Amino acid sequence: MTDTLAPDLAPADVDSILSALASGERPKRPNALSVSITHGWRALLKIKHVPEQLFDVTIFPIMMTLMFTYLFGGALAGSTKAYLQFFLPGILAQSVLFITMYTGVGLNVDHEKGIFDRFRSLPMWRPSAIVGPLLGDAVRYSIASTVIIVMGLILGFRPDGGVVGVVASVLLLLVFAFSLSWIWTMFGLILRTEKSVMGMSMMLLFPLTFASNIFVSPDTMPGWLKAFVDVNPISWLVTSVRGLMHGEASGSDIGKTLIACAVLVAVFAPLTMRAYRNKA
Amino acid sequence: MTSTLTAPHAIEARGLVKVFGDTRAVDDLDLTIPTGGVYGVLGPNGAGKTTVIRMLATLLRPDGGGATVFGHDIVDDADTVRSMVSLTGQFASVDEDLTGMENLRLLAKLLGHRGAAATSRATELLTAFGLIDAADKQAKHYSGGMRRRLDIAASIVVTPDLLFLDEPTTGLDPRSRNQVWDIVRALVAAGTTVLLTTQYLDEADQLAGRIAVIDHGKVIAEGTPGELKASVGAGALHVRVADPERRPEAQSILQRHLDRPVALEPDPAALSARVDDAERVAAGLSALSQAAIDIATYAFGQPTLDEVFLALTGHTAESSSDPDHPLDSQHKEEARS
Repeated sequence: MTDTLAPDLAPADVDSILSALASGERPKRPNALSVSITHGWRALLKIKHVPEQLFDVTIFPIMMTLMFTYLFGGALAGSTKAYLQFFLPGILAQSVLFITMYTGVGLNVDHEKGIFDRFRSLPMWRPSAIVGPLLGDAVRYSIASTVIIVMGLILGFRPDGGVVGVVASVLLLLVFAFSLSWIWTMFGLILRTEKSVMGMSMMLLFPLTFASNIFVSPDTMPGWLKAFVDVNPISWLVTSVRGLMHGEASGSDIGKTLIACAVLVAVFAPLTMRAYRNKA
Repeated sequence: MTSTLTAPHAIEARGLVKVFGDTRAVDDLDLTIPTGGVYGVLGPNGAGKTTVIRMLATLLRPDGGGATVFGHDIVDDADTVRSMVSLTGQFASVDEDLTGMENLRLLAKLLGHRGAAATSRATELLTAFGLIDAADKQAKHYSGGMRRRLDIAASIVVTPDLLFLDEPTTGLDPRSRNQVWDIVRALVAAGTTVLLTTQYLDEADQLAGRIAVIDHGKVIAEGTPGELKASVGAGALHVRVADPERRPEAQSILQRHLDRPVALEPDPAALSARVDDAERVAAGLSALSQAAIDIATYAFGQPTLDEVFLALTGHTAESSSDPDHPLDSQHKEEARS
């Protein structure tokens, strides 16, 4: 796979180039969905060629789940098994939300490499270059979710919501991850280096996920922190995911989560597209 | 701007301006490029060539002025412009993680080819560009010349009416460069208008029907290669004498035989002159040997870009990085292909 190619001996053949040019008529312009899917396909091809990038969606979530379950489980809930019932939906949400930041990083790298110039010079639905990779990311999020849920089941997690509840909770999580990703796509296009995109994403994700109800119930927190946790959309998401998994979801939590998704997209998608258009 | 009744030009730019920070990368630039053939845009690094191309290819919004591509405004009608042009940037804009085949299939699909049609178009192009044997290798393992060909192939998945080639041969070895030249000639034969930027006068001379010379974001000369060279003198003679002590003597001998001013170069043994008559050069050189002045090396050829610049602007190409022209930031903008 990494062997260098034999010396470049095959020259370009002018006659074949002429005939290739003669048959280069423009096909019908593809629709928005089809170009987005093509961009998503590119993201999957990259997974095929650089499978190492799946570490963040496999090893990292396993590590987090094991570490927190066994470190805190006994102290927080009396037993690791009891904690797992509470904690697994939360760590699932946290793991997937952490992976979303690679979207912005990837976009930033693409831009540095110049391939974005080519995309931007094509006559296609412009948001597809952003939406497509987000669709491809949904595959990564699904892999991470599967890994965590399977591991949870092995460790003793028993969702009362059954298969339907678990699948519904993962779908809600994917919708939220897609919506949240628009913040990172914006940073991916605005910030100069991939390191700064990563740094900025971490700076937002750490407080937002830890100051939520992922790890512990906010009842014992000081009032000001509890107030923040209660209005943190990630808490709404985690409450909904937990509810769906355990078969006790409330429509209002899911509704609030979906409204948060809509707001995220409504605010950050236009900002991302503006940055995309104006990128120097 | 395009109210003419005749067929519109490939490009008509009027008063284009692009400012980065306090650098006017493109400064009130006018350009008229006829349909068909190769139009060369010649200039040193940081002259604003890439910025001009990026504006014309709808990647950058002009800060002033405007331009049309085949009569379509690059800002108001950007989508139509995109459907007529293709861009091959200064650095190969292919996805290095993907194979050659995947890169071309990706482009073919984005342009509207369905599965099998995308694959057959990709195969056709890979074959034509001599890349079929490397079709399933990741582009990062390609040589510079192969990458460049893949890049150009990606630009003609749908044959464009106008192709922007931004320094297509920079960094290539001579053989790969000749291949790119052959490809450019094939494109023109097929009816595509090519706008080529280059730092090399001989490249523009080889390919272009007309040339614009750009410096500090402005067009400082425009014409056919012949006209341009006539304005600088057809050729340049460079002589290095073996003994620097005898350089003044050599200068006066050469001046007499060439009937042209002979300049003393910074190199204490070197002299140069603009000449267009090979016979006078021969006479001058033999006069030197008759005077027993040993010549270490001599070269007689086309004027270099530096000499064109010297003639047109009074400064050499490199010295456009004078302090009152903050090139560094602009270099960065230009480097971001």
